[in-house]
Amino acid sequence: MSQLKNFSKGFIKENPVFVLLLGMCPTLGVTSSAINGLGMGLATTFVLLMSNMVVSMVKSAIPDKVRIPAFIVIIATFVTIVQLTMQAYLPSLFKSLGLFIPLIVVNCLVLGRAEAFASKNNLVSSVIDGLGMGLGFTFALVTLGGIREILGSGKIFNITIYPENYVTLVFVLSPGAFIVLGYLIAALNKIKKN
Amino acid sequence: MAKRESSFINMVTTLVLVTGIAAAALGFVYDFTKGPIEAAKLKAQTEAIKNVLPEFDELGETKTITPAEGADALEFFPAYKNGELVGTAIKTYTKSGFSGFISIMAGIDKDGNFSGYSVLEHAETPGLGSKMDVWFNNPEKPKQYVIGKNPGSTNFTVSKDGGEIDAITASTITSRAFLEALTLAYDSYKNNEK
Repeated sequence: MSQLKNFSKGFIKENPVFVLLLGMCPTLGVTSSAINGLGMGLATTFVLLMSNMVVSMVKSAIPDKVRIPAFIVIIATFVTIVQLTMQAYLPSLFKSLGLFIPLIVVNCLVLGRAEAFASKNNLVSSVIDGLGMGLGFTFALVTLGGIREILGSGKIFNITIYPENYVTLVFVLSPGAFIVLGYLIAALNKIKKN
Repeated sequence: MAKRESSFINMVTTLVLVTGIAAAALGFVYDFTKGPIEAAKLKAQTEAIKNVLPEFDELGETKTITPAEGADALEFFPAYKNGELVGTAIKTYTKSGFSGFISIMAGIDKDGNFSGYSVLEHAETPGLGSKMDVWFNNPEKPKQYVIGKNPGSTNFTVSKDGGEIDAITASTITSRAFLEALTLAYDSYKNNEK
């Protein structure tokens, strides 16, 4: 597999949200606005990149039977680093993402890539896979968040597009997340078929 | 490099090493970000006091007052202009938010009415309960607006419970908690005045 394909597969062909359906909890939880989706996506991308890198470097030193706990510790370490750094330098973003940052630890996307890809491939491929998957995840979260923000609060990236009196509130609530996600997956499947 | 065998000694050393390195890395990051996190929190607190009070030029001595109900103390920040008291900022809290703890800075002017508020810490649902920082601060919606009112003359419970304040759409629990925190601040303020 060429590295370019390895990178781009995360966007459409193996998009973690639209195709693999991994990491649904933060996906549906934080995407009430585009900026939250972007922040969450980039935080996850960093964790994914770093954990893929470290896991692929130490994979042969870790005995098979304890690989899952070892991977989880590695992932949790990077999540805590992200959390502390964000709290220190981006307090307002940290305030709006709140409890979803620590939850990156249990995002099956991160562990899934460590287990299914990084523990079997070399360093370069793993880094590219982490980056591609992470940016694909970010892309999905921003799309989902953007659509929900436009329909649900009449804004995009906090810029008002139409007055709040005409919004459909359900789209910023959790049912709206499922509805938008369903339509996006359907649209993507249609495009992929043609 | 060949995969290490899953023998007992290998597993134990691997896990000890992995957790040890993780702990060291986290200790380093924690130490590094401790200062900026404190600074960011302090800055947020000063900003919050400025936001919730009428113009002032000097902050008086901070007092901590334990309310009649509730375990933790509230912090009082009296503010003066030309030596005259113009208002008091009160750091109040509640534990009955949808996701537990909420910390709010509430300003009370010299007539005993709320002059502003600012949400310092919360873990409410993004896009729903997290809207409390703007919801109760909208002069165009008098039934939501808490500024210029006080729990002595206005019934500070949500309209669903027979009160005079409209709750955030789809976030009644957060709204109840919010009003509870403001009432706690007001009651302690009144008790302290006597």
